[in-house]
Amino acid sequence: MHKALKRYSPIFVLPTLLAFIIGFIVPFAQGLYLSFCKFTTVDNAKWVGFANYNVILKDASFLNSFKFTILFAVVSIILINVIAFGLALLLTKELRGTNIFRTVFFMPNLIGGIVLGYIWQILINCILSLASKPLLALNSSAGYWGLIILMCWQQIGYMMIIYIAGLQNVPSDLVEAAEIDGANAWDVLWKIKLPMVMSSVTICVFLTLTNSFKLFDQNLALTGGDPNHSTEMLALNIYQTFYARAGALFKGYGQAKAVIFCILVIAISMLQLKLTKSKEVQQ
Amino acid sequence: MKQKRKASNIIWITVLTVASLLWIYPIVMILFNSLKKETAISTSTAFTLPTADTFAGISNYVSSLTSQGFLKSLGYSTLITVTSVAAILLCCSMCAWCITRLNGVFSKIIYYMCVLSMVVPFQMVMFTLSQTADKLKLNTPFNIWVIYLGFGAGLAVFMFCGFVKSIPIEIEEAAMIDGCNPLQTFFLVVVPILKPTMISVGVLEAMWVWNDYLLPTLVLDIKKYKTIPMLIQYFRGSYGKVEMGPMMASIMLTVIPIIIVYLFGQKYIIKGVADGAVKG
Repeated sequence: MHKALKRYSPIFVLPTLLAFIIGFIVPFAQGLYLSFCKFTTVDNAKWVGFANYNVILKDASFLNSFKFTILFAVVSIILINVIAFGLALLLTKELRGTNIFRTVFFMPNLIGGIVLGYIWQILINCILSLASKPLLALNSSAGYWGLIILMCWQQIGYMMIIYIAGLQNVPSDLVEAAEIDGANAWDVLWKIKLPMVMSSVTICVFLTLTNSFKLFDQNLALTGGDPNHSTEMLALNIYQTFYARAGALFKGYGQAKAVIFCILVIAISMLQLKLTKSKEVQQ
Repeated sequence: MKQKRKASNIIWITVLTVASLLWIYPIVMILFNSLKKETAISTSTAFTLPTADTFAGISNYVSSLTSQGFLKSLGYSTLITVTSVAAILLCCSMCAWCITRLNGVFSKIIYYMCVLSMVVPFQMVMFTLSQTADKLKLNTPFNIWVIYLGFGAGLAVFMFCGFVKSIPIEIEEAAMIDGCNPLQTFFLVVVPILKPTMISVGVLEAMWVWNDYLLPTLVLDIKKYKTIPMLIQYFRGSYGKVEMGPMMASIMLTVIPIIIVYLFGQKYIIKGVADGAVKG
């Protein structure tokens, strides 16, 4: 079988591989190279060494968006996972109407980031104006909390589904045995259920982490970085560096920022996978 | 004990009911406001229901359907989603089966590149990708699926590989001994077994392609082709006064089909999300 398959392997692998090379490998390699260049298109790149990196490490707007992204990611990861896990616990309790609740909580996830952003922009601006506070375009703390609420609204349902699937796989005899031994609900949660769903925790934290770091559409639609770039996250900051200003310099800066961003996301997600995976138990 | 449990259940159901009403409120609010007349839409009356004076019927919907090229965008979005998801399902399942069964050095390289591509942020490749797409003339809704195949391959190959590993190889060997070549083995034996995974992968990829904003914005010519997310962004981002009525009607027009699809395909969507959470 091995031999025959090997002969046929180009038919199986090549279509995906070619598209993957066009769509990912070539742009990735070029992007890496261009971060050391001055250019306006891929063809007129001039090597400048680390000059781009030197400039962006002193770029106040980049450092600010760095800080904003991390503040946003930490709060949203904690909120989303805690609330989603709580909901999953409630919805595996055999309450009435579980299916309806699950349907409702998951729904926002299917709506795209741009549309979500505008829905919440309208809603938050209405609330702010009734409270006679400055609107989103002039109010960076409202922008921050708005993004967090929006992210929670979108992601909680998704993570809840993963936690529900995890909780349903916890063997019920384990829980029953613990209850017979006199464990209360709190003990069962911390000592049985949570360790048994650690693999779901790993994946949910991973997804919320990468989603929050890479957040773009929602950021663009809800605040657009206003006021004065103060609610601009890394992805949006890079986009603005590329496309908001003309000139050869800025494309190089943008690409260098993108490389740093890319390394950051990979490093943080690797670290997280390592940390939470070590807490997983084998069934 | 039982009495106590019942009481706590009622409390929890009440809490969940209130939470889910709050959860759908943003959409309901946009729905009500999209039914109001333009003059009646303001921040101070946003939370009131439309009255006899302010009720505009479906006029906002009519104007957004007719004036903004909405149907055209709907067509482009559908075309792109269908072609991309079909290409991803066909090519990536073939590739994943082949590299899992061969399991050589080359297979491992492809696999780990796919995993890497799932973590890399789009900003890293957006500029070079859009230039590559221009050069290869992959910048129309009719062939942008090649780009989506390349970019969606990571998740799809990863998920298919995970599932193929759990299929006993004996079934395929039996088919080969009975005279099937690898192509026949794949399409007649493996694909039927892969069907549930195909649905899950299809759901996840479709959710991504349908809602994707940045990739089509950078790759397609925005003057000629707009997908739904591009249309909404363009609508809002254009200068001058934004007409809130048609704007909200457009939002509802993009949300309603999604909700309908969701209510009918809920089982598959929820399963797709749960299956997507396998770890490597």
